[in-house]
Amino acid sequence: MDIERIIAKLSPLERRVLPYLTSKSLNEIIEKSGMKDVEVMRALQWLSNKGVVKIIESEKELIVLGNNGVNYKKNGLPEKRFLNALTDKFVVVQNVLKKAGLAKEEMNICVGSLRKKAAIEIKKDNGLLVTINPNGKKLLEKESLEELFLKKQFPINVKNLKPEELFAMKSLLSRKEIIRKDKFKIRNIELTPSGVKLSKIKIKDEDFIDRLTPKMIKSGEWKGKKFREYDVEINVPSIYRGKRHFVNQAIKSAKRIWLDMGFKEMKGNIVQSSFWNFDALFTAQDHPVRDMHDTFFIEDPKNAKLPARELVEQIKNIHENGGNTGSTGWRYKWVEENSRTNVLRTHTTSLSGRMLASLNKEDIPCKYFALGKCFRNETLDWSHLFEFNQTEGIVIDPNANFRHLLGYLKEFFKKMGYEKARFRPAYFPYTELSLEIDVFHPVHKKWVEFGGAGIFRPEVVKPLLGVDVPVLAWGPGFDRIILEFFKINDIRELYKNDLEQLRKIKEWTR
Amino acid sequence: MPTVTLNRKEVEKLMGKKLSLEQLKDRISMLGTDLEEVTDKEIIVEIFPNRPDMLSEQGFARALSSFIGVNTGLKKYNVGKAEKDYRVIVDKSVDNVRPFTACAIVKGLKLDDEKIREIIQVQEKLHVTFGRNRKKLAIGIYPLGEITLPIIFMAKKPREIKFRPLESERVMDGLQILSQHPAGRDYGHLLEGTDKFPVFVDAKGEILSMPPIINSHKTGRVNEKTKDVFIECSGFDYDILSKCLNIVVTSLADMGAEIYSMIIEQNGKKIESPNLNPFSAKLDIKYVNKMLGLNLTEKEIGVLLGEMGLGYKERKVYIPAYRTDILHQIDIVEDIAIAYGYENFEEEIPNVSTIGEEDGFEIFKNRVADILVGMGLIETISYNLSNEFVNDKKMKVESDCVKLANSLTVDYSCLRSWVLPSLMKILSENTSKEYPQNLFEMGTVFNKDEKQETGIKEEDGLCVVLCSSTSDFTKIRQVLDSVMKALDIDYEVKEASHPSFIEGRVGVLRVTSKTEDQDIQMEEDLAILGELNPEVIQNFNLEMPTAVFELNLSKLYGLMRK
Repeated sequence: MDIERIIAKLSPLERRVLPYLTSKSLNEIIEKSGMKDVEVMRALQWLSNKGVVKIIESEKELIVLGNNGVNYKKNGLPEKRFLNALTDKFVVVQNVLKKAGLAKEEMNICVGSLRKKAAIEIKKDNGLLVTINPNGKKLLEKESLEELFLKKQFPINVKNLKPEELFAMKSLLSRKEIIRKDKFKIRNIELTPSGVKLSKIKIKDEDFIDRLTPKMIKSGEWKGKKFREYDVEINVPSIYRGKRHFVNQAIKSAKRIWLDMGFKEMKGNIVQSSFWNFDALFTAQDHPVRDMHDTFFIEDPKNAKLPARELVEQIKNIHENGGNTGSTGWRYKWVEENSRTNVLRTHTTSLSGRMLASLNKEDIPCKYFALGKCFRNETLDWSHLFEFNQTEGIVIDPNANFRHLLGYLKEFFKKMGYEKARFRPAYFPYTELSLEIDVFHPVHKKWVEFGGAGIFRPEVVKPLLGVDVPVLAWGPGFDRIILEFFKINDIRELYKNDLEQLRKIKEWTR
Repeated sequence: MPTVTLNRKEVEKLMGKKLSLEQLKDRISMLGTDLEEVTDKEIIVEIFPNRPDMLSEQGFARALSSFIGVNTGLKKYNVGKAEKDYRVIVDKSVDNVRPFTACAIVKGLKLDDEKIREIIQVQEKLHVTFGRNRKKLAIGIYPLGEITLPIIFMAKKPREIKFRPLESERVMDGLQILSQHPAGRDYGHLLEGTDKFPVFVDAKGEILSMPPIINSHKTGRVNEKTKDVFIECSGFDYDILSKCLNIVVTSLADMGAEIYSMIIEQNGKKIESPNLNPFSAKLDIKYVNKMLGLNLTEKEIGVLLGEMGLGYKERKVYIPAYRTDILHQIDIVEDIAIAYGYENFEEEIPNVSTIGEEDGFEIFKNRVADILVGMGLIETISYNLSNEFVNDKKMKVESDCVKLANSLTVDYSCLRSWVLPSLMKILSENTSKEYPQNLFEMGTVFNKDEKQETGIKEEDGLCVVLCSSTSDFTKIRQVLDSVMKALDIDYEVKEASHPSFIEGRVGVLRVTSKTEDQDIQMEEDLAILGELNPEVIQNFNLEMPTAVFELNLSKLYGLMRK
């Protein structure tokens, strides 16, 4: 780039730093220019992009003081202080430590190193006793290599040390937190040939318009001046837009599928009586799903009101002997009290049951869907959440049959993005025929289980709807699809609300 | 649902035909069990709770064998006549404790370690599933050589029951077994509230077992030398017990043993057990075809039923005595469909005209969310579950939130009564992220209300938080104003007081509406807004001024529809 273009592109920060580039060290530039170090760094980075300077990074090893080192530099090394506190008489070691102002932990290093230097005598008699010997007294008179080393100005460049200093350094490094080696990054500046030229040119701020202001436009003072040119090719800082949570984006698109297929939305409460969540769906009262460890129960209010007496009686009969459905029922004693308990709904099927109970004959045929949170009593881990999203559809049609169910399912999963689906026999208490849906995963090239479907049992439909009409039903969970689309491995991340993630995550595009 | 590990060799031998690995896997899945794995030696498979008859190698192979067309139709089992002492006398004392038992004798077993493992597995799996953890029924198997017939089933005072239970070194009484024996501790609750415990006693007065807890060490342990056994199944519904017994004895018969009947004497009546006669049900061919969308002939249906091990003759289906899942004609229809093959059905979407419709409130919520997104806010989603500390205490409020009875995690022990604490928790977990942090969340909130069916009112709340060094009342009011203006609703903001907020910097949003008869003006507060109390901010380990509003979306929507 020629010098003129470079000058036109200089930002105010770069212009400010320019006169100080004769200094080679970053610290010097910061000091001389009076600019903040981030400002200098940024300016130098830009200048380097423009080929004006080269930033040369190197590493330097420096010795710095540790926590104990700071203390010892001020108060002396513990062994010297220990030696100083000794007398010609044998004294209990604890007393010496006290006198020298040393901690108990420092005893071993003191006694050890002084013994090595043959400076003290030791005897054991009701504890450890010590005294100084002539050799020790001699030691007191001069400073050790370690002491001399500590007196130096820190940080110290290893390169500049003499042999005896290196020896002292090694000995101190082996002790706890006196000194340590740290690596420092050093940045130096070198002007390129165009940099050299540039540094010789005097640039005045007023020659360039930096920010265009309303005032300038009004007054026309911009005319005849040059605008500073920007480097339009570099990246700019990110800004974040407002957005829906990615799970809600996915829910919205799942809803779209149901609406496209002509289904009406059902809504309902999260807290349901066991009657609606289980009994009305022909789930026996001793079925394991109703155990404490599978379902959340409410402490207070514990119980719900039951629907009309007539319906309660019908459900009781259905469970006990099949009622008027031609079924044998579960053949046990149905306890009304058990159907009152409030639970957090375990499936959206509780909404389907209520819907059936609210329909009139004129409403049929009809199709409904629900989409919402369901609950199971689980501890959180990477593959389990106590709250999960379920979606469910029902088709109430006197002419519906098993082939229709398979047809709806194929279409539904195709719209979800799975071209191939297969069906296996399965079991659910409230459907017969029942099936499990596998879809062929286009990327992993294998079959993945995707949820259950079936035709509601007559024991479910007849008491609620009043007539035994086939009701096709399916209820895939779709948290798995969300995880897969966003490449999330830990299911807890769905509701972690990490703002970094929420700001940066891509849009749902399925 | 129970997963069983079956001996593959044994299953293949009993099936009577060897399939390739792929065929085997496919057929197992399409028969209606959830296959986990087939190894060289094992078939690991989940049996659905409607088919406890498939929990054993023998039952599983029997079903598979007919399904692949080898041994189709009803399988006949011979039952030898009861000899003179093959009797079980049911004493009146069990009426209130454990009223029924179904029993049988099986002879000629050839046991080894593997066979014993198979028998124990089917017994245990039946206890867990069909027996609902022994609540409904318990099975006992005893070496015939160690006991003296006839058997008496009676209830005795716990202190008078004395025997050495299995896996114990010493004789215990009934109460000691419940408190000291591992099985007693596991299943003792099933005898709670009864003053007498049930026992099987032989003709010499020797106790065989105390169901549903434990067998006797002396008379209730089967080993590889055992050839003949006495089997009982005790519980509360004779038909269920009888079915369970049938599952066990037919499995043993398929191992090569012979079944003999016993006479159960109860209330002056004599019942022969086991009863392996199939039961019959009428079949409506039209119903079958209507439900399946097929045009099967009677003959075809007969063949398909045969592949499921069922018999068919003149509009009547004959169902084996070990099948527990045929409650209604639809269950037979499903068997026909399975035999036909789910993979062979041609899918069809019927031409039924229905109109899709999204719920109005959901449409409304999406609109509100769009308004907020337009203002640069980021939406979050939190759990509906919270805890009192976050929901109330940290917010400096006292509320009566809805508590869960049995949550596994203390952190999630109640239902949230407002959305704000959830957002505060999110802010507290994001203090290292860039500010401003301006968020919103819409979600269900739960409050006690006796008028509701469940005693709990569920409404949707909307909460907005502005968290940055410049957040203040004006800024949050601007957001709320924008929303309300966009929805074209007249409102006032009135001074209020709330412990979560700074005094004098908190208000409520008040809307005035007319009742249906247009006479009375109704005032309703739909939202609270303001700057949060620094104490609340600190309670969440935040260092940023935070201005918030929480709006009752359900009420707002209700008003708008008037």
